[in-house]
Amino acid sequence: MAKYIIKRLAQAIPLLILISILCFTLLKLAPYDAIDAISTPNMSQRTIALIKAKYGLDRPAYLQYFYWISGIVRGEFGYSLVTHESIAEALLARIPATVLLVLPAYAAALILAVILGLYSGFQQGKWLDKFVDGCCSIGIATPSFWLAMILVFIFGYKLKWFPIIGMHTIGAEHSLLDLVRHLVMPFTVLTIAFLPELIQYVKSSTISQLSEDYVVVQKAFGAGNVEILFRHVFKNVLLPVITMIGMALPMLVTGAFITETVFSWPGIGPYFVKAIQGMDYPVVMAIMLLSASMVIIGNLVADLLYSIIDPRIQSIQVQRIGG
Amino acid sequence: MKNRRIEKFQDELRSNKAARLGVIFLVLISLLAVFAFLSPYQPDAADVAAMFQHPTAVHWFGTDELGRDYLTRTIYGGRISLAVGLLAMIISTGIGVAVGTVSGYFGGKLDNFLMRTVDVISSIPWMILVTVTSIYLTPGLFTVVLVISLFTWMNTARLIRAETLSAKEREYVLYAVSTGQSTFKIILKHIVPTVFPTLIVAATVNIANAIMMESALSFLGLGVQQPLSSWGSLLQNAQGNLENAPYMAVLPGVLIILTVYSFNKLSQALRVLVEPKSGGNRQGVK
Repeated sequence: MAKYIIKRLAQAIPLLILISILCFTLLKLAPYDAIDAISTPNMSQRTIALIKAKYGLDRPAYLQYFYWISGIVRGEFGYSLVTHESIAEALLARIPATVLLVLPAYAAALILAVILGLYSGFQQGKWLDKFVDGCCSIGIATPSFWLAMILVFIFGYKLKWFPIIGMHTIGAEHSLLDLVRHLVMPFTVLTIAFLPELIQYVKSSTISQLSEDYVVVQKAFGAGNVEILFRHVFKNVLLPVITMIGMALPMLVTGAFITETVFSWPGIGPYFVKAIQGMDYPVVMAIMLLSASMVIIGNLVADLLYSIIDPRIQSIQVQRIGG
Repeated sequence: MKNRRIEKFQDELRSNKAARLGVIFLVLISLLAVFAFLSPYQPDAADVAAMFQHPTAVHWFGTDELGRDYLTRTIYGGRISLAVGLLAMIISTGIGVAVGTVSGYFGGKLDNFLMRTVDVISSIPWMILVTVTSIYLTPGLFTVVLVISLFTWMNTARLIRAETLSAKEREYVLYAVSTGQSTFKIILKHIVPTVFPTLIVAATVNIANAIMMESALSFLGLGVQQPLSSWGSLLQNAQGNLENAPYMAVLPGVLIILTVYSFNKLSQALRVLVEPKSGGNRQGVK
């Protein structure tokens, strides 16, 4: 096991370095000078030169890369071109808000998807399957921002049940009930947005499991449908689902860009969109680096989880990597 | 051979109601987009006397904040949305087929490299890739098409590669190799026609994805720029007027849903071209 983990880590680290080099190159290609983020127009040439020297901006590119990457490792992402604020501080303030929205929504979607996917895979061709399938087809074609707008109009403007923007009402920053009221609509939109693909995934793996020999054997022994479905098929369907959870890790950062923007949820989404609109290159690259790293870590976690649950995988993969 | 495939597809359309309705809708919406100029209104003719009119007999879907006829604007928006979808589909399918056939045909290290590249690109969220690339290009319709197609070809490449692997073992391909035809010619004349049904299915899915992505980008203000407007940018505009003109959000949204839904259903029906034997309505089964 330890050998496998080390091997997977050894694969992940070069990828991380590659991505960081890519981000740095893009930063260097951008039509701006990093000094612009730190200096103000009324600084003298001398002061600017001093700052340049201090941050190593007068050194060759490869040295700059090392300064930059060692800064990233220490959690220094540099400064925004537009607001001159520390990117690390802004990210730290915003990531919890995004996680607070995405995590419950993904969890809810996953639980619903496993139940609906198992049932509709089992009832293939019957009305429940057709109904779920129809909903999925429409769900996949529906832009999440449109759904959000419709909910905002009905439940925000007309019925006035839920607040339509932000995370807190001013003056009620510590009220849990207030937070939940703000959370309901973006949570609903996001859950519905995640659902269709998850359902289809669970359903197709249920169908392929149902044609396995062990199901036939269980039937031959007179096991009931519910027993087969939840005691045997369920466990095998969960395997690919766990891989998917690992792959979904980057969504903790980037999973709700559009929904967050519609509801002005103070997460990473609106921050990123504003940075793109304002061509705020350092902020954009920081978020890109963050999400790319999450992708690699997510894949790593998925593989490791999978190999813990299903030891067969480990021996196959060690052979392949060692090969 | 080919006729049997078309017959199969017609059979599939007859038995698959959703796909049939999808085809009809797509024909209608394309005709509307082409003949948009027949509308009695101009898409950008402001009429201050008729601002924010709710749907009436004169303006079937109301007017916007400048008094422009909303139905006309939406149809013209459909032109942009469909054009972006179509163009992005052509480019991304082209890249996908090129990478897929090359990867599958040559195999070995090249295949490994290309497929790992596909894995890496498809694992990073598309929103990040598309927006980051677009800030290095001049904003405009072409940039939107380009960035969407640059990051949607990976699935096509995977599918085409898998088909190429079996296609290159076919006798006529082996024969072409033994007669000393150039590799480029073999891929173009023998492999591509063999994988063509898969190409069609992938292309249909690519249109749907491109329309979805364009609408999201334009909604965030990162896609199609004024004075052009697509369904996505119409919805962005509608969001600002949601409280007093909710009808503005309805039409473009419903059209996006119907268009994407229809393309998806069409691609499902087209799958019988890939496996003529499978037939029937067996969606979800891979």
